[in-house]
Amino acid sequence: MARKLSMKDAINEAVDQEMTRDPTVIMMGEDIVGGAGASGEEDAWGGVLGVTKGLYAKHRNQMIDTPLSESAYVGAAIGAAACGLRPIAELMFVDFIGVCLDQVYNQAAKFRYMFGGKAETPLVIRAMCGAGFRAAAQHSQMLTPIFTHIPGLKVVCPSNAYDTKGLLIQSIRDNDPVIFLEHKNLYGHMSDVPEESYTIPFGEANVVREGKHATIVTYGQTVHRSVDAAAALTKDGVECEVIDLRTLSPIDWGTVIESVEKTGRLICVDEANPRCSIATDVSAHVAQEAFKALKGPIMMVTAPHTPVPFSPALEDIYIPTADAIASAVRKSMVR
Amino acid sequence: MTSENIIPLVMPKWGLSMKEGKLTAWHVEEGQVISPGQEIMDVETDKIANAVEAADGGPLRRRIGKLGEVYRVKALLGVLAPPEVSDAAIDEYVAGFRVPAASDEGEEDEGPIYLYAETPSGRLRYAERPGQGDPVIFIHGFGGDLNNWLFNIDAVTGSGSVYALDLPGHGGSTKAIAKPGLEALADAVQQFMAAKGLENAQLVAHSMGGAVAALVALRDNRLVKALTLIDTAGLGDEINSSYIDGFVAAESRRDLKPVVQLLFANADLVTRTMLDDLLKYKRLDGVHDALRGLAASMFREGRQTTVLAERLAKSSIPIQLVWGAKDAIIPVAHAKALPNARVEIVAEAGHMTQMEAAGLVNELIRAQAAH
Repeated sequence: MARKLSMKDAINEAVDQEMTRDPTVIMMGEDIVGGAGASGEEDAWGGVLGVTKGLYAKHRNQMIDTPLSESAYVGAAIGAAACGLRPIAELMFVDFIGVCLDQVYNQAAKFRYMFGGKAETPLVIRAMCGAGFRAAAQHSQMLTPIFTHIPGLKVVCPSNAYDTKGLLIQSIRDNDPVIFLEHKNLYGHMSDVPEESYTIPFGEANVVREGKHATIVTYGQTVHRSVDAAAALTKDGVECEVIDLRTLSPIDWGTVIESVEKTGRLICVDEANPRCSIATDVSAHVAQEAFKALKGPIMMVTAPHTPVPFSPALEDIYIPTADAIASAVRKSMVR
Repeated sequence: MTSENIIPLVMPKWGLSMKEGKLTAWHVEEGQVISPGQEIMDVETDKIANAVEAADGGPLRRRIGKLGEVYRVKALLGVLAPPEVSDAAIDEYVAGFRVPAASDEGEEDEGPIYLYAETPSGRLRYAERPGQGDPVIFIHGFGGDLNNWLFNIDAVTGSGSVYALDLPGHGGSTKAIAKPGLEALADAVQQFMAAKGLENAQLVAHSMGGAVAALVALRDNRLVKALTLIDTAGLGDEINSSYIDGFVAAESRRDLKPVVQLLFANADLVTRTMLDDLLKYKRLDGVHDALRGLAASMFREGRQTTVLAERLAKSSIPIQLVWGAKDAIIPVAHAKALPNARVEIVAEAGHMTQMEAAGLVNELIRAQAAH
């Protein structure tokens, strides 16, 4: 598997292979075909950043451009899922979830429960998330905690192309609603990706780097910043373990607790706003389950409690930086 | 003196992904005369740790690599030179040494690492090292792939061409096997040899691959000049079914680790990266079915279903058996099954003898090739 692929191309390949494998897999979204019906449609742009480019030409009956109404097509996708298709609804930016939240958290997330386990909703909502793209406050949020709060939803946020392909295929084959969040700043990130289809199970964190002095728990874009921080800290003789959660619901508590029991220190890095976030969730769980293992304060490195700034200078310091992460690790080591 | 007599000792490249390695031990002192094949240092990568054998001989004039330091592949770690080369000439050589650029950006400059052959069994992945003379073909075992030979492929090049193959259901080869079993795997090896025009080959095969190689040899002795079978299947009916079942069933790093540790005499050799790579393989579509099908056919109810010992004992093909004394998968006692074979029992190796005693195994393969 010497082939490198970007995260963007990994998404495209996963959808392509699953549409070929299973004709009930369909995709709905705004401009995901782009120019269908016009001349040159096979060269259509394929979504706002070109992620679905070429899929319409290969799967004409499985790609549906929708009107600009998230509440309509997300609801339609949920209905189609309940009736036997495997729809992928592309929400373009996760920030648009507001107008269709009832369909998601009151309907899709509750069908299995409220129909006595007899209903399945094999739905994927794909959406871009995260800051650093100069896209301003309404197109840059990391809304993972909104979804992890809701039972009945599975929440995925990969950090690299390999995980993206495997987790997206797993999401499409899963029989429950999955919120699949793609960090737009990582679309160009390359890694080795097998040409064949493969799946990565939910609820399995990836230990990106092993270390014995401190545990950094994170996901998405900040995985890379945490690895940079860990590399910088080796100069001071500090070896950090970096855990990429990969899926936030379900979450791999076992790997987190095991690591903190080894290192005694926990630094939670989260691009979401600081209140009631993945960082607070992991911190609270570890404080409860592994309190005796802790040798220092749990540290949280998060975005501030503000909207994402449009000013590039401010946006750059809004996202947790490698420096901020390294300095939190040092603080956790002060007795 | 010129630098022509100076031979560099460099960081080896084990497998496709190795970019750098950590020097963890020196086994030779400055001034000592080194012979080819001697273990001269230990190197650790994120995948595996192993001893490095000298490719060349001569007096070790300089140890440059420092213990605990990480060096890029092909970085200079030491200098061999005859006594007539002056210290000044060696200093000059060391100062002027540049790590070859090819190892920086890798694959493109060195040609493709993996190749593919289209056969009636499907697409088969292989690695090739060209050469003149009778070929050597490496065949891995159950759940393995051609990278099981990362310490061997380059060490036995020099005479004939060298191939390492992924069997169907494994590595980068097709995962579909119409009728999973020994016959299908032997068919695939024969089809690969036909596709590449290979005959008169030494088949070097491990575990389940050993039974495959033996069957190929028994079917058509023009194809096979000699067999080197390592911890091989096919010589008796016992096999550790908890390994086979555990490997097929494992879905996480946690499940897989104790199973994979059974393969090695030294369980520390099982690294996180090794487990990650195995999980990546196991998670490919079709792998689970392929492994389950092969296990059901070849290792049914904890026994090996095909024992070729009697037929092999009557064969005129030279056979050498290499076995780790601590093999926890297939009992070392099976090495007694062939009175006509040359047998080498390796004290400090488990089931992965070609990795745990690479130097010795490479020597045996070279000796067999020279016959």
